[in-house]
Amino acid sequence: MTAKKREAISGLTFAAPFLLGFAAFFVVPFFISVVFTFTKNANGLKFTGFDNYLDLFGNSAFQTAVYNTFRFILIGVPLIMVLATFLALLLHKKFVGSSLYRSVFLYPLVVPVAATVMVFQLVFAESGVINTIYAWLGLPAQNWLASDQAFYVLMILYLWKNCGYNIVLIMAGLNAIPNAFYEAAQVEGAGRWQTFRYITMPLLAPSFFFVFVVSIINSFKCFREAFLLGGTIPHKSIYMLQHFMNNNFTNLNYQRLSTAAFLVFIVIFALVFVLFWMRRKAGDIQL
Amino acid sequence: MKRLNEPSVCAKTGRYLTLTLFAIFFALPIVYTVMNSLMSPAEVQHYYSESGQMTLHLLPDQFSLEEYYQILFRRPDYLMKFFNSLWPVTVIVVGQVAISSAAGFAFAKFRFPGRDILFFFVIILMMMPIQVTLVSNYIVLNQMGLIGTYFAIILPAIFSPFGVFLMRQVIASMPDELIEAAKLDGAGNWRIFLQIVMPCSKSGVISLVILCFIDNWNMVEQPIVFLKDAGKYPLSVFLSQINEMNPGLSFACGVLAMVPVALLFFFYEKELIEGIGFSNLK
Repeated sequence: MTAKKREAISGLTFAAPFLLGFAAFFVVPFFISVVFTFTKNANGLKFTGFDNYLDLFGNSAFQTAVYNTFRFILIGVPLIMVLATFLALLLHKKFVGSSLYRSVFLYPLVVPVAATVMVFQLVFAESGVINTIYAWLGLPAQNWLASDQAFYVLMILYLWKNCGYNIVLIMAGLNAIPNAFYEAAQVEGAGRWQTFRYITMPLLAPSFFFVFVVSIINSFKCFREAFLLGGTIPHKSIYMLQHFMNNNFTNLNYQRLSTAAFLVFIVIFALVFVLFWMRRKAGDIQL
Repeated sequence: MKRLNEPSVCAKTGRYLTLTLFAIFFALPIVYTVMNSLMSPAEVQHYYSESGQMTLHLLPDQFSLEEYYQILFRRPDYLMKFFNSLWPVTVIVVGQVAISSAAGFAFAKFRFPGRDILFFFVIILMMMPIQVTLVSNYIVLNQMGLIGTYFAIILPAIFSPFGVFLMRQVIASMPDELIEAAKLDGAGNWRIFLQIVMPCSKSGVISLVILCFIDNWNMVEQPIVFLKDAGKYPLSVFLSQINEMNPGLSFACGVLAMVPVALLFFFYEKELIEGIGFSNLK
């Protein structure tokens, strides 16, 4: 047996328990549900081609869900990346209290979702804290959770909860930049902005790549908050793809759910593929 | 020579001011929950329903542990829920750490056919909302006859791809020479894994424990879909329903639900931060 073969066998042995579970719970059933998307459940399965897809595209609940999910990601992800970078830069150089601030920013990550949602419900309720403040200021009360404002309440929750994780990721990236680069820049007479633009930003790019991935993951996880805030059918502005899928699961409409799930898979697959292709082009990835 | 980029007094003040403003925003919901849990039920009642308008009532008029007493000694169902959450989550964390450390080692330090493509799919799956695999999981769990049992929420969670991803990143950052040296000394792969790789990835394992614990402690969708019986629901699902009943009790419930994770956080914050840093794709 060659050394190469032996290495492959050892590697597969270590990966085996995971690969088995991965195959059993994700890969194999996933292909089964892809087959579902081309069938109709009428006295046994019947092949129907792309009917489920056409049906789904015409479904107004699905359209709303796609629109909201994309809107949430397109606004939330850039916002959280800018905010986290800003706070990470402020915290980067050690000073009295810097680690305390970092802990405060990270702590929301560990607070149970339900406890957070409870506070947000009380704060944003019709007779809640925000409306009381509005009344003092002579502004009309808003129905925060049952109007278009619900979207922004959810956005605040998302930023509040996940910013700390991103700050830590970006700070790790900042720490990896050799100080010599900054010293050289100073000798050359570079200003603050120039240093940031031509040293910090490019060297932080690999961190941004992962922060971007994590932020998308977390924006999907934010569904828990949306679900606890608004139940199975929340206000239209926070009706997400996950609501759509969950509700179709409850209605036993597996075909429709599988079709939506497969489309989400395709979109994420394309996104990850493009990201990796970009990084491979940049030439600094070993994957 | 002046230290590099030494900020002026003005810049320093600005930095503190900005950070403090943000810190207040981040800390307020937590402080609010803790403070309200220390009020008597009557006080909470007074501020939240009788007056009609709620005010930001932060300091208790009178400190009271009444709510905690109520939950811990008068409401056995709460402790049941706590336990319903704690044991499945513990099983998930132990299982996930064991399985994903081994797989992470394989992905980081061995070459085998299909490795890179498999890892690519691990990343894609990691990004997917869990609803995407809802039907898939249901089909398998149903075949295995596990729907309605705790294994239905435990098994899929153990194989969650995030753990493999994190451990692969951590182990990949270890120098190959370390492993080569052990091999020259005649150590087998298992020995290398248990005595070199695992001790060296302590911060990675600790952050995986914390992140995995948080994720599953907050589980909401899976129990609702896979457990069927509301009596089996864990704390996370129960908490979301209790606040419709009594705001006073729910604050104390919220604080108690925070305890296990908060303890992990306070004891292992340094490792958590180091481990999160590792997860950067390098």
